[in-house]
Amino acid sequence: MIRAKVWTFGDHINTDLMLPGDMLFASEEEQKRVVFRANRPGWVDEVRPGDIIVGGLNYGMGSSRPAARSLRNVGVGAVLADSINGLFFRNAVNFGLIALEVPGVRAAFEEGQTAEVSLEDMTVLNRASGVTLKALPIPKMLLDLMLSGGIYPHLEQQGYIEPNRDRPPPAP
Amino acid sequence: MGMTIVEKIFARASGQKRVAPGDLAVVNVDVAVMLDSTFHPNSRRRILKLQDPEKIVVIYDHMVPAPDKLSAEGQAYGRAFVKKFGIKRFHDVGPDQGIGHAVIADRAYALPGGVLICADSHTCASGAFNCAARGVGSPDMLGAITTGKTWFKVAPTVRYDFHGKLKPGVSAKDVFLYLAGTYGHHTNQNVEFGGPALATLSINARRTLATMGAELSAEFATFEPDQILLDYVRERNSAPFEEQYPDADASYADRRRVDLDKLEVLVALPDSVIQNSVPVGQVGKVKIDQAFIGSCANGTLDDLAEAARVVNGKRVAPGVRFLVTPGTQATFIAALKAGYIQTLMEAGAVVTPATCGACFGGHMGVLGPNETCVTASTRNFKGRMGDPSARIFMASPATVAASAIAGHLIHADEIA
Ligand code: SF4
Repeated sequence: MIRAKVWTFGDHINTDLMLPGDMLFASEEEQKRVVFRANRPGWVDEVRPGDIIVGGLNYGMGSSRPAARSLRNVGVGAVLADSINGLFFRNAVNFGLIALEVPGVRAAFEEGQTAEVSLEDMTVLNRASGVTLKALPIPKMLLDLMLSGGIYPHLEQQGYIEPNRDRPPPAP
Repeated sequence: MGMTIVEKIFARASGQKRVAPGDLAVVNVDVAVMLDSTFHPNSRRRILKLQDPEKIVVIYDHMVPAPDKLSAEGQAYGRAFVKKFGIKRFHDVGPDQGIGHAVIADRAYALPGGVLICADSHTCASGAFNCAARGVGSPDMLGAITTGKTWFKVAPTVRYDFHGKLKPGVSAKDVFLYLAGTYGHHTNQNVEFGGPALATLSINARRTLATMGAELSAEFATFEPDQILLDYVRERNSAPFEEQYPDADASYADRRRVDLDKLEVLVALPDSVIQNSVPVGQVGKVKIDQAFIGSCANGTLDDLAEAARVVNGKRVAPGVRFLVTPGTQATFIAALKAGYIQTLMEAGAVVTPATCGACFGGHMGVLGPNETCVTASTRNFKGRMGDPSARIFMASPATVAASAIAGHLIHADEIA
């Protein structure tokens, strides 16, 4: 069960907003500082570890850049959206960011409310309003990957990539 | 019930009889394209094994020639990687240079009926070649090149049937702006293109449309094969392939008719292309600072020809920076031989080497605060081409070229 404060965003939140183009090749630590810089400056200073992003339609549209990694590094506990862009979803799976498609979720929450997410039942509850919503199912193989920290640990264990990065990012 | 084009490709690539929307297909990858970004010191991982170097293509495009020290270091690292694993298809800075998706087109690396992935969202560009091509993330790429496999969630497909013929001056980019403006986003849907008028669209026009499938947020954007495509591929690549046609009883989420002759020249207003297109005559007199033609969507020979036709004998308006980036160096040379480059440069265009460059605000044409740009590239997101306060309008190469001459957004017919 994940229980945390909600930050609401609109439809079609694109990956350039989460990871601006001029920061594409910056370090993870620097990238973490510029999430939502263009549309919501200062947000990275307000968000607390575990907080939940609630988006509208087509969350994460756009580029293949590792925007999901930036959200994970910021400490986002889950992304819930009416629908999630397929490419962003792939990155969420691979970087171990919990991302669920929950039709109706944007309308069901106001910013600052608390969401309770059950991954067992795939449900989202807004206790303030009493509304419970159902998340769309995720194929087991992908859910396992998402919840086990993404693809990197697996590729490392199987000897496909070196366990340590060539240049580790500074500790958060 | 029959299958759509991508469903048939997934079935073959996953060794199943059939797949249907909702399924997860674990597929063998035929071609994996690695870009310079893979080797950048801030994002790379050391790869210990490759499943099959023959299936890999390495193309440097985002930051070429290297504009900074980190890119230069990453590109040197990548050259050593290519050497170590004996990768034969390598497009470094030089005569074979180009934007990845455009190089794939020039060389016909994407084969009809095949599966191609690349860690770039516009990989759907190769859907023009009847290929199931999609952008993945960099971790997916690591998974695919080391295991040979990847996964696709099978989505429902929307089918577009083309009828009629585009009026002169109306381009594939306008077709895209019409689709995005009218039907909006296609999140968690595939799009499939075909119909009786397919033959009226050149391979380059199909590439523009397939590339822009990413902006529809489509999972896959795939064209039906025809003789024009099969001839194009066979001229460039001798490898065997099996093109895929949709079944006559394929199941579509929707089937939509597009009358090409009814379409007009459109412009997308800043920040989004989703339901944001207006006829170019209706935007008013928007003054521009920069006009850009390039990217994997609009750096083709057709695009350069169209731009040259529009600016021929004219002069770029004072205060406007008109940047033109051919998709590949091969296209650059072809445009040079055809006289397009000279025409463009005499009109005042700055022609750059083939690179992603200005398209993603990377280098060579980054926008400053409060500037206005009209672009024939792929994206007009806030901040996409530089400062977040810059406004980016999206239009066809003809409209961009005409606007560079006029100094403000304008229909090409009005400056003729
Ligand atoms: S040209 Fe633009 S859209 Fe195409 S691959 Fe490069 S950055 Fe991406």
